[in-house]
Amino acid sequence: VIVPFAHVLFLAAVVFLMGALCTLLRRNLVMILLGIEIMLNASGIALVGGSLRWMNLEGQALVLLVMAVAAAEVSVGLSLIVFSRRFTGSLNADAQNRLKG
Amino acid sequence: MTLYGLLFYILGAVLVAATGLAVTRRVLMHALVYLIIAFLDTALIFYLLGAPLLAFFQVIIYAGAIMVLFVFVVMLMRSAEDEHWSASFRHWLLPAGLGFVTLGAAAAILLLDPQAGVQLRLGLATPRELGDFLFRKYWLAVEVISLLLFAALAGSYSLGKAGRKESKESRS
Repeated sequence: VIVPFAHVLFLAAVVFLMGALCTLLRRNLVMILLGIEIMLNASGIALVGGSLRWMNLEGQALVLLVMAVAAAEVSVGLSLIVFSRRFTGSLNADAQNRLKG
Repeated sequence: MTLYGLLFYILGAVLVAATGLAVTRRVLMHALVYLIIAFLDTALIFYLLGAPLLAFFQVIIYAGAIMVLFVFVVMLMRSAEDEHWSASFRHWLLPAGLGFVTLGAAAAILLLDPQAGVQLRLGLATPRELGDFLFRKYWLAVEVISLLLFAALAGSYSLGKAGRKESKESRS
């Protein structure tokens, strides 16, 4: 016996909320991307907990796929950040309002 | 409370603390280091919940590859410019308040759920079982993921190339 399943879910909810607030409130592009990573991480905890709760492997397989998607998302996101910083000279999300190439 | 339960609560507390510190840091590099701690901690939680393969991947992919990528990018952008915190405390108040209300509701739902007392029992999914399951049932998803990773590679390469051309033109 480890812990009640509800406690795992609650831990995941707390971490997810912090990631969401980070994404919504910080104005630094790198911090926004970090917030997304935190949210994916939290969902992973919930999925692994569910996988143990119902003793099947669906949750763990999904976490593996989520990790791969996160890696792809981060590489593209960071190169976009580097790219847009060349034009605006800033990492602030409010400065990225010029869509004109 | 068993020893495993105690370990889970310790790891959970460290995870929440490290994530909270990472979210509120003003210097990017400090936030990254706290987040690396948080990801290593998550790997231990995965291990505790019976997913050793995912724990290894968490260390290799998240704490290794992804965070190193972040660290490189932050180091490449020399000026660690100070970020304006969005407006002020009042700006934070409403979203944070709504978030805490949501969290309270989530806690209530989880505790009122008749199945809330269900205890997790120790289990273990060996890497062999997980790999077997993944390639038996989700082989198509694995293929799609490989395509996606290739698309990400091509996309970030072309973005880097386009950026270099632009900066060369603007310099001449």
